[in-house]
Amino acid sequence: MHRRDFLRNAALGAGTLFFAPRMAFANVETDRRFVFIIQRGAADGLDTVIPHGDPSLARLRGSLAIDPNTMHKLDGMFALHPSLGRLADFYRKKQSLFVHAIASPYRERSHFDGQNVLESGGVGPYQVRDGWLNRLSTLLPKSREEAIAFAPTIPLALRGAAPVTSYAPSNLPEAPDDLLARVTTLYDGDAELHRLWSRAVETRGIAETADARQDPAAVGKTAAEFLGRADGPRIAMIETAGWDTHGGQKQRLANQLGGLDKMIGSLCDGLGDVWAKTTVLVATEFGRTATVNGTDGTDHGTAAAAMLIGGAVQGGRVVSDWPGLAPGQLYEGRDLAPTLDLDALIAMVAAESLGLDPEKTMRTLFPNRPINRQLSGLVA
Amino acid sequence: MSNPSDGARAHVALNRFGLGARLGERNPKDPSGWLTAQIKDYEPAPAAMDELPPSATIVTTYRENGAKLRALSPVKRLKVRQAQHRRGRELYGREVEARTTVALTSQTPFAERLVHFWANHFAISADMPLVTALAGSFEREAIRPHVMGRFEDMLLAVETHPAMLLYLDQVRSIGPNSDRAKRAARRGESKRLGINENLAREILELHTLGVRTGYSQADVTELALAISGWSIMGPDETVEPGGGAFRFKPLFHEPGPRAVLGKIYSQEGMDQAEAVLRDIAHSEATATHIATKLARHFVSDEPPPSLLDRLQLAFLKSEGHLPTLYQALIDAPEAWDASPRKFKTPWEWTVSALRAIGADPSTAKVAQRAKQLGQPVWRPQSPAGYDDLAASWAAPDALIRRVEVAQQLARKADPTLDARDLSKALIGPSLSRTTATEIARAESPATAIALLLVSPEFQRR
Repeated sequence: MHRRDFLRNAALGAGTLFFAPRMAFANVETDRRFVFIIQRGAADGLDTVIPHGDPSLARLRGSLAIDPNTMHKLDGMFALHPSLGRLADFYRKKQSLFVHAIASPYRERSHFDGQNVLESGGVGPYQVRDGWLNRLSTLLPKSREEAIAFAPTIPLALRGAAPVTSYAPSNLPEAPDDLLARVTTLYDGDAELHRLWSRAVETRGIAETADARQDPAAVGKTAAEFLGRADGPRIAMIETAGWDTHGGQKQRLANQLGGLDKMIGSLCDGLGDVWAKTTVLVATEFGRTATVNGTDGTDHGTAAAAMLIGGAVQGGRVVSDWPGLAPGQLYEGRDLAPTLDLDALIAMVAAESLGLDPEKTMRTLFPNRPINRQLSGLVA
Repeated sequence: MSNPSDGARAHVALNRFGLGARLGERNPKDPSGWLTAQIKDYEPAPAAMDELPPSATIVTTYRENGAKLRALSPVKRLKVRQAQHRRGRELYGREVEARTTVALTSQTPFAERLVHFWANHFAISADMPLVTALAGSFEREAIRPHVMGRFEDMLLAVETHPAMLLYLDQVRSIGPNSDRAKRAARRGESKRLGINENLAREILELHTLGVRTGYSQADVTELALAISGWSIMGPDETVEPGGGAFRFKPLFHEPGPRAVLGKIYSQEGMDQAEAVLRDIAHSEATATHIATKLARHFVSDEPPPSLLDRLQLAFLKSEGHLPTLYQALIDAPEAWDASPRKFKTPWEWTVSALRAIGADPSTAKVAQRAKQLGQPVWRPQSPAGYDDLAASWAAPDALIRRVEVAQQLARKADPTLDARDLSKALIGPSLSRTTATEIARAESPATAIALLLVSPEFQRR
């Protein structure tokens, strides 16, 4: 028997062991897809969505300055980094929009605390133990298949009470069926391992043609295979790392953004018709200094840019209450000042993407934080 | 808390404190005495690492090649560079193999676990080519010699090691009023010279005080100015016999006194930041931070406050004398609770599995396996190092990969190994009936070994 057949049969045959009851198709609550891509390491918003119309930009950026002729102009004020060709295409098709000078409630400059606030949805680090994406999945009807992380382990945003699975392509040789069946019995009496094992077995059964390569396009393709299925997961998270560009920012960011652009492009290509029902939200824990540092890079800052891409996005615009880059306008004299709240954006976009009540979504994802109705209508 | 029997105490010493029992190894008769003895028996420079080059040599090789490179055509330059990176990766592979050999064969596995702990506390990440080549030397030169010494000496060795200086972008951080910056201004150089605050921030946040302990952005900036000039040798410099690649560059150093955490440092040159680091190393916040990480590593994801108090006190009273801290851990009743609370990380699980079946280190392919399991050696891709929490490692896909790797290891294991005997030796008194039954019923000896290695009892320590 082929491995995947085994897994599928195991999942079907031993239903009580392997998975919670699921009423696929019977109850079509939402056929929308919501994907959260985290940029770990503080991605530089000023080099991603470039405020080329701000008169202070050239003075601040010095050696990092990007040739205006290579940028993808969005409007008189903003342009996309040259590596973001697909995202610029989406913009023209009104399927992408960018939100600038945005930040989570976190105002210090530690990556790890900043990511904790972004992913947990707390006001400060380590105040909330589970993640907002997990709480979001509790708002969906139980008949849906669980949310999925495209990583071997579960990132904080997806940790919590709602069942979640994870998947990453592996080039390890497959273990024989006898061993898999026995491991199932072995973990019967161990609550933690039983739970993890059941999810792993089910998820691997789904990955029919998943590509073993780890390049960004393959990640997008794999994600599309899961999300494209009618009875597949509706919520997914993809982690990206390598955004902490303290040195050599020009080349590194070009590679990073190029990878992100490819990943989202291949997600779109793989989803086909489902793309029309999809919203992808890209965000980072905080931005970087407005000024270039002594080593052709930037240090930890405050506000950054967020991106929305997908067929469901009401795109073709940049949403920003631009604070300006003149010396008196910078936050603490060094960073882009935040004028929009990332929590409010996430809640509004997640609610509109999945057809949920915005008030309730805000309360569940980011308790005690104010909703921002001006951010409604970004997703159709 | 259960009162552990002698057998259970031996099991805790071998697995929670050590790296897992080795095939054929007897239970220590006096478990805590066995651990204490390792403090003095520890080998800072084991024979398996004899042939590996010092960091100064690695840096010199790269730098010499860098000078030659500029004289070549772009195509040739690319080829030479690729060859250089390949050699760097090969060296990384040899370093991982040496680390594994020591981990699999060491008679002082508790001490080796401490090496791994500190290397992860002061994490570098082998992402850039030169840092990849230097990753092993960082552990050999900055960590190993100080594991049984004082925290402040390890701290200084770490912050002056070329791998750390390169990884956290310190080597070209230049004080804005330094001689170098003034010269640039006189010459009308267009390039802006200045500091890079990456290393300074991580020293305070990750290496010493810990995040949210009261330091400010101003403290980060002042420390960054104090360490401006901490750099590595340039392309035209030569290494003196026994000397390292670290260089203090007075030209880059910001002149004048610095105020860090409310104290003024008016020393000149290198002494200034050294004084700052020694003060920070002794502070209460550092003691709490180190105590918490050590307790979390050895005892549980949420260590009991009583244990944290003991460890913090031991650190403070001894002014960061690490053997005193370890002895406090060995003496703490909280550390001997018989029920395992820590889910093994991929590295810990791989090492313990290889020790259990008596694998040959030279064919263990640990670099590759650790990567497949989600924890490539010295490559956490974050200066915070790898997480020490079950939630980070116990995940669906990660678990199925362990089963796949267990199967590979079991196939290569000695076919005469009997998993039933092995399970009694490895898991001891806590072997569950389910595990014993499943091992006994396995279709082949190899499957039985694989089941043992992925059993709930073996996944935790």
